[in-house]
Amino acid sequence: MCEVNYDDPGFYTNRELSWLLFNKRVLSEARDKGNLLFERLKFLSITASNLDEFFMVRVASLKDMVNAGYKKPDIAGMLPEEQLREVNAATHELVDQQYGIYNRSLLPQLLQNGLRVVERHEKLSPREADFVDKFYEENVYPVLTPMAVDSSRPFPLIRNKSLNIGALVRKKDGDKKLEFATVQVPSVLPRIVRMPAGREEREAVILLEEIIERNIHKLFLSYDIVCSCPFRIMRNADFVLEEDESEDLLKEIEKQLKKRQWGQAIRLEVEEGIDKRLLNIIKTELSIGDEDIYRIDGPLDLTFLMRMYGLFGFDHLKEKGYTGPWQVPAFPPDCDIFEQIRKEDILLHHPYETFAPVVDFIRQAARDENVLAIKQTLYRVSGNSPIIAALAQAAENGKQVSVLVELKARFDEENNIVWAKMLEKAGCHVIYGLLGLKTHSKITLVVRREEDGIRRYVHLGTGNYNDATAKLYTDVGLFTCAPSIGEDATAVFNMLSGYSEPLSWNKLSLAPLWLKDRFLYLIKRERKNAAAGRGGHIIAKVNSLCDKDIIRELYEAASKGVKVELIVRGICCLKTGLPGIGDNITVRSIVGNYLEHCRIFYFENDGKPEYYCASADWMPRNLERRVEILFPVETPKLQEKLMDILSTQLQDTVKAHILTAAGTYEKVDKRGKGIVNAQLEFCSKAAQAARAGEKVVSQRTFIPETHHE
Amino acid sequence: MSFKMFAAIDAGSYELAMKIFQVSKAGGVKEIDHIRHGIDMGTETYSTGKLSPPRVDELCRILGEFSDIMKAYRVSDYVAYGTSAIRESENTAILLNQIEVRTGIHIEVLSNSEQRFLDYKSIALQGEGFRKIIENGTAIVDIGGGSIQISLFDKDTLVSTQNMRLGVLRLRERLQHMEASVGKYEILIDELVDSQMAVYKKLYLKDREIKNIIVVDDYISVLLRKKKNGGEMRGYAGKELIDRVEKSYQTKGLSGLAKDFDMPEESMLMVYISFVMLRRIMETMGAELIWAPGVTLCDGIVYEYAEKNKMITPAHNFEQDIIACAQNISKRYRGSKKRSETLEQIALRIFDSTRKLHGLEKRERLLLQLSTILHDCGKYISMANLGECSYSIIMATEIIGLSHREREVVANVVKYNHLDFDYYEEMGRYRDLDRESYLVIAKLTAILRLANGLDRSHKQKFKDVRITLKEGRLVITVDTNEDITLEKGLFDGRAAFFQEVYNVRPVIRQRRVIGG
Repeated sequence: MCEVNYDDPGFYTNRELSWLLFNKRVLSEARDKGNLLFERLKFLSITASNLDEFFMVRVASLKDMVNAGYKKPDIAGMLPEEQLREVNAATHELVDQQYGIYNRSLLPQLLQNGLRVVERHEKLSPREADFVDKFYEENVYPVLTPMAVDSSRPFPLIRNKSLNIGALVRKKDGDKKLEFATVQVPSVLPRIVRMPAGREEREAVILLEEIIERNIHKLFLSYDIVCSCPFRIMRNADFVLEEDESEDLLKEIEKQLKKRQWGQAIRLEVEEGIDKRLLNIIKTELSIGDEDIYRIDGPLDLTFLMRMYGLFGFDHLKEKGYTGPWQVPAFPPDCDIFEQIRKEDILLHHPYETFAPVVDFIRQAARDENVLAIKQTLYRVSGNSPIIAALAQAAENGKQVSVLVELKARFDEENNIVWAKMLEKAGCHVIYGLLGLKTHSKITLVVRREEDGIRRYVHLGTGNYNDATAKLYTDVGLFTCAPSIGEDATAVFNMLSGYSEPLSWNKLSLAPLWLKDRFLYLIKRERKNAAAGRGGHIIAKVNSLCDKDIIRELYEAASKGVKVELIVRGICCLKTGLPGIGDNITVRSIVGNYLEHCRIFYFENDGKPEYYCASADWMPRNLERRVEILFPVETPKLQEKLMDILSTQLQDTVKAHILTAAGTYEKVDKRGKGIVNAQLEFCSKAAQAARAGEKVVSQRTFIPETHHE
Repeated sequence: MSFKMFAAIDAGSYELAMKIFQVSKAGGVKEIDHIRHGIDMGTETYSTGKLSPPRVDELCRILGEFSDIMKAYRVSDYVAYGTSAIRESENTAILLNQIEVRTGIHIEVLSNSEQRFLDYKSIALQGEGFRKIIENGTAIVDIGGGSIQISLFDKDTLVSTQNMRLGVLRLRERLQHMEASVGKYEILIDELVDSQMAVYKKLYLKDREIKNIIVVDDYISVLLRKKKNGGEMRGYAGKELIDRVEKSYQTKGLSGLAKDFDMPEESMLMVYISFVMLRRIMETMGAELIWAPGVTLCDGIVYEYAEKNKMITPAHNFEQDIIACAQNISKRYRGSKKRSETLEQIALRIFDSTRKLHGLEKRERLLLQLSTILHDCGKYISMANLGECSYSIIMATEIIGLSHREREVVANVVKYNHLDFDYYEEMGRYRDLDRESYLVIAKLTAILRLANGLDRSHKQKFKDVRITLKEGRLVITVDTNEDITLEKGLFDGRAAFFQEVYNVRPVIRQRRVIGG
């Protein structure tokens, strides 16, 4: 058999196209009649916000490459121009599908279920028209800023992602010249306006832009409105921080934030049927090409559907099967967190299991007089975070508190700067990220002085220290006070504080220095075992897989007989069914109620299996440009728990898609497999454990058995 | 159980390091934290004699951070030592005072031999690995920024130690000064090292068989102790590792070397220089095995602290090393071994029986012993100027394990054994000597002179003496049938000084041995 050269770009998928496939999987959840109606609204909304971010970051970056004449092909051998062309085509198709689902499936069903969405203001009943006009006078008009363009007034700034109504107007008593006018749909008002419902329905709503369009003549009193139409633009947001040049990182980011809205326009959305003359003006002023114009058959910016999901009175159309988060028996209510960790290592699976112990860990540390120091990395934190409050309190209580705040977390900078300053005021030692690297690792270290010496408690996670997203993202987190990990954690924070790297590591592997080599080593080891006839098995669950070195190593391993089972939620540049590999590699993607986010790795290691969790995906940016941590899970009980997570996901028949050799994702053929929804399984397992735990806790009174069989 | 938090700070030539330890009687010494900050102080000191103001700022900033870290760990004691970069700066006193005022951290300057001794102590405290390796001929090669120290073991005793100004930082400095390309470094290092090693071999190594090298440094050790680089046992390697390093460097350059051995690229030049030097040293000695126990000065500092506070028991007889070193020095200068032994015996006996008078401790007893061993080393140069020459030899020779002050005490005791004693008011005028050391010198000199007087004829007539303190007199009873007229005659002059120092009059009593 001849050796296959797995370097061939033909064996890899372009990451942007793979991402679009992921968004289509999310969209398929919106289409899926097995999902409750309001859940489908939510999924549709997610595809819309996903697409926005994709454009601002990825498409923008492709545009930059094209503009800069960058000629390096990607992992799949595609030049930036080619990628852009294919991405555009796929996006147009995706958008068509989005509105197809919205118009043909969701709107009629909403109506059936008593929610009437008035699509055009022309369709309002006279009574409703009166209502919205009054609403306009009282609530909308005061916050509108209409802008007209003529020789003395230049084309106004159209803000990134803002929804606007453009109009062509003509002076009532002037020449016949058409002028352009625009008004931004105010983001301070809710997009969905509720109207008095009719007798046969539960709710009737109309979108804000329709109300403004209906009343637009009141904004330009001395003009006639020739035509009007909503439009929305997307601008380039992926700025590269000039780290080496800026004296103060903080100032630089503040400056960039103000600059972001000035970026180049890369996408224009307009309602289908827009007046040609109006479109031409916008197009010229924003200098945007035809391929970047999206004519939309319906309301622009579907993210308003998330608000629609929040409407009262439709609970029966919302998913209630996903219960939790549940208490875990390892952390009974009001327990001493440190005492529990001393008993054994504890692994939590969020959001099925509660995130509260993570917050309590820091809260208790802040108050504990034996705690000497708390150190933590923070990437994205919720507004009004209890963790931030606890850290500030700890500093006020005289503990040494070091916090690495990652300012470079995309789209979160403004949020981060505010509370970083607050922490500094409280006396914390705040590190504002590292030059040239994003700190993506999630680690907390509590140093405690105990009777028999210093003991270090460490929490390592796959998800951010964000109590809000911890309810929506699936993640795992490990609590331990193992000295070997404690030592490494201390070394991590020394490095993050700018001191030299430790002489050696015990357990942890860090990106960007050691992690990739570690992964490659672990995969190679399986390959060698398989080649020597000892078998090999890798299970990896990541969010994205697009690092070429890792993929090639997986190909090599599989070609030697290693069984590679991958659970990849998003981008996957790896292909299945390649020559010499066949079925040895399988890829499945789970898109469910919760966002799959944990990274878990299993290596069979010739019968001495090793389990790891990490903050990193198998992406170059994680492995090469970020500070990430891979940590082993060594307690047999916790290894079992990780294996249960992996194998349940591998058995999922409801939310899983399988990557085919043709490069498409197909739902699992359920025949003979039964119905397994992994996320629901996890919910019920967590619930069971919690109830079992409660029994133990509440056994303060004896329950006499009254009859005997 | 009670434990103490201790911090050891090493202000080295190219690195500022602090280790935090938890120390207790039951638990021994446990390292909690190790914080390192690379700061090149050596280059500035070696080339200009001073640290530049920005460097001092950096030093103070990091020490300030160290101070915060100590507070966070609730450290109760700390010791901070500065080594060659600080020692060799022209304005050490000003610099250290500035640091103390700005950061609150008091840094003491270690003499070279003290520093090496601490390194050595921390190696010895590695226990089994150390005991095993020194069963065969072993050399400790302690590579610093400014100089290297080679110490030789004979069986399990350290017998000689030599300092050579071949520190990695200094070598790099010289190489860069020559503006040689990195490709030529190997030849140049070989030449620089060879010229010194040839002398070393001729004078000190002779035909000793050295099989093992214990390396103490910050580059080779780090590389050797990485899991992926070591052989079967962590920290041990043979010559093939050096070959691998050189090959990797020759084919892939410094960055390839960094990647192959998982080290930060900025330190690779120093790693490379260290390895080239080590290879030359090993070739000169014919050594085959390298052991890098990975100890740092900070480890030595904490062991010293723990020992002082009786929290650990020493694993090795370090005093024996010091004595062996002194004996070797004496041998080199053709000192009389027999006479030394007699002197030693008498002097120590006097010391032991006059404890109440002098109130000195074990450590001073050791200094007296060293003085007896080295009492006549100067005659190798000049018999007439025995005192001055002995003093100079002792001050110029390193005795590992002795502090500078202690060496000064020994040298003075030997000197004043031959010359008229200078009183503090005189001695202190041109020597940086504190009053306490002066008193030790006086007390030990008095004893040595007395012992010397008792063996004036160098015929060891007074080998077996009994010494008792009785009614304000020091009675020295000697059992001998020989004629001791010479000793008795010269005794008065010696006894006068003893009486001056202790206000006790020594007298000789001879008991003839019947049938002897």
